[in-house]
Amino acid sequence: MEEIVEKKYFVFAHPPDRLQLELGGQIGPVTIAYETYGKLNKKKNNAILILHALSGDAHAAGFHKGENKPGWWNDMIGPNKAFDTTRYFVICSNVLGGCKGSTGPSSINPETKKAYGSSFPLITIRDMVNCQKHLIDYLEIEKLLCVAGGSMGGMQVLAWMTDFPEKIKSAIPISTALHHSAQQIAFNEVGREAIMADPNWRNGNYYGYSIPSSGLAIARMIGHITYMSDISMTRKFGRMKYKNGSSKFHADFEVEKYLHYRGNSFVKRFDANSYLYITKAMDMFDALETQEKVNSLKKFKGDVLVIAFKSDWLYPPYQSKEIVKVCKQAGINVSYCEIESSYGHDAFLIEVEGQTLLIKNFLNRIYSGTEK
Amino acid sequence: MTDNKVRIDYKIISALIPAGCSVLDLGCGDGELLRILSEKKFCKTQGIEISEKLVYVCVEKGLSVIHGDIDSGLSEYQTGSFDYVILNQSLQQVLHFEKVFDEALRVGRNVIIGIPNFAYWRGRFQIFFLGKTPVTSTLPYCWYESPNIRWLSISDFINFCNRKNAIIGAAFYINGVYTIKIFPNFFASSAIFLIKGKS
Repeated sequence: MEEIVEKKYFVFAHPPDRLQLELGGQIGPVTIAYETYGKLNKKKNNAILILHALSGDAHAAGFHKGENKPGWWNDMIGPNKAFDTTRYFVICSNVLGGCKGSTGPSSINPETKKAYGSSFPLITIRDMVNCQKHLIDYLEIEKLLCVAGGSMGGMQVLAWMTDFPEKIKSAIPISTALHHSAQQIAFNEVGREAIMADPNWRNGNYYGYSIPSSGLAIARMIGHITYMSDISMTRKFGRMKYKNGSSKFHADFEVEKYLHYRGNSFVKRFDANSYLYITKAMDMFDALETQEKVNSLKKFKGDVLVIAFKSDWLYPPYQSKEIVKVCKQAGINVSYCEIESSYGHDAFLIEVEGQTLLIKNFLNRIYSGTEK
Repeated sequence: MTDNKVRIDYKIISALIPAGCSVLDLGCGDGELLRILSEKKFCKTQGIEISEKLVYVCVEKGLSVIHGDIDSGLSEYQTGSFDYVILNQSLQQVLHFEKVFDEALRVGRNVIIGIPNFAYWRGRFQIFFLGKTPVTSTLPYCWYESPNIRWLSISDFINFCNRKNAIIGAAFYINGVYTIKIFPNFFASSAIFLIKGKS
C-alpha cells in the first residue's frame, strides 16, 4: 500500500468504570492506538481485524507521513493484496501493554502523573483481545468478517475464537500455538532475565533515567535467533567474517554484527518493560485452559484457516496441527496449509505468495457468503 | 463444465451420495469431486490432501482442505462424524492400509472406495507376455516413480472386505469411460465400492 496512513487513538475505561483485568486488578483510562485501511461498507460486514506479534504495532500497512518504511505487513495488506483494501475494511491496533501508543508500562499513570513502570498490572492475551472488542464496539461493528494474525497475533486470534465466538465470521491463526511449550517459555525467560539483570532496569522504574538497553538488546538478539532457521542463517551469513577490532571478543562474524545491529535498533523503538509484560502474557496464555473455553469454542460457527511454515522451529507445525485438531473436535470448518519455507518463524512476514493465495481465496469464500 | 466431461468415477460417486450430506474426501487432489459435491449436491465437504500445490487449488475452489497425509489425522475425528468418507484412488498409496480402512469406517457412516485393478487384462498381458511391470490407464506410473505401494486386484479387495466383515452395498466396475459387469477382475481397470459399515 502506497498510501499515507495515520495513527488514531481510542480512549475508554474512564474511572470509575475501569477495565477489569483477567488476573485481577483494574486499569483506566485505557488508550488503544489503531490504524484503518480501506472503507467500512454500509452493512459494516467487511471489517477485518489484524493482530500483531510481540514487537509489532498498529502500523500494519501504508506509510506514515515523512517516513519511507511501510507498516509491518504491508506486503499482505493493500489494494488487491491478500487483505484487499478495495474490498475490506482492515483494522490493526497496538496491544494493551505495548509501547506504540496504547496504554502500557511506559504510559503515564494519571493518578501519580508518573510512568506506571512496574506498578503496571499483569495483563493477558485475553485482556488485549478485550480491549480490541471495545474498539470494535466503538467502531460500531457488530461482527468481524475475520480476525487474523501470526505468532502472538495468532494467539489473539485463538482468544477471539474462545472469548467472542459470536463476534467473528472467520479466523486465520498463523505460525502460532494453543499455548507455549517449555522451550518457548524458556527462550522468553532468558530474554526477561537479560533485561532484569541490567542495572539500568531499576526494578522497572527506569523512566527518566538511562534505559536498560543492553538487557533489552540481548533479549532481542535471542529472539532473532529463534525467528530464523539454521538454513536461513547459513544462507544469509554462513561464516562470513566481519572485523571491527575493538576487543579480544569483538564480533568476528557477520551474524554477530547482524544480531548486534538488530538488538541496538530494537532498543530505540521498544520499551523493556513492555517486553517483560507482553512475553509474560504469551507464556501464560492457554487457549483452552478451562472446560468453559472448550465449550465456548463450540459456539464458533465460522471458518478457520490455519497456516504454518515447515522450517518454523519456534512455533513448529505440530502446534498448528493441534489447533486444527481442536477445531475438528469442536465441529469447526477448518483448512490447514503447511507452507514450504526456509525462513523459520520469520516466514509469516516474508512468505507473501503462498499466504496471499490461501488468504485471498479463503476470504473471498467467506465474504461472498455474506449479504452485501 | 458439461456433464459428459465429468470423470466417470466422479459421476458414479456423486450419484451415490444424497444431497446435503457431510463428506470427507481422503486424498482429495485438486478438489474437483468435492467441488461437484458442494456445488451440485450442497454437501458439507472436507478434504485432506498431501500436496501443498493441490491444497492451494482446493482453497481457490473455496473448499475446506487440510494439508496432511491420510495415514495420520483420521483419529482426530469423532466416530460417525461424516455421512460419507471417500477414498478414491488413494488407498493404494497409504502405508497402513488396514488401519486407514478401519478408521474410515469408524469416522464415516458410509465409505466409498475407488481402487485401480492390478489384475486388469492389459496388466496381465504386460507381465505375462512382455515380462514387464504393467503400466496402464489406471496404473500410469513406471515402477521407479509409482506412488502406489499396495498392489491389489478387485478380487483381493472383495476378499479383504469379507475378512473384515465389511458390507459392500454396491460395486461399480470401470473400463475407460464405461462401467462393465462381466468378469470385472479381468476386464475392469478400476472399481468403486460403497461400504456400508461392518456386520
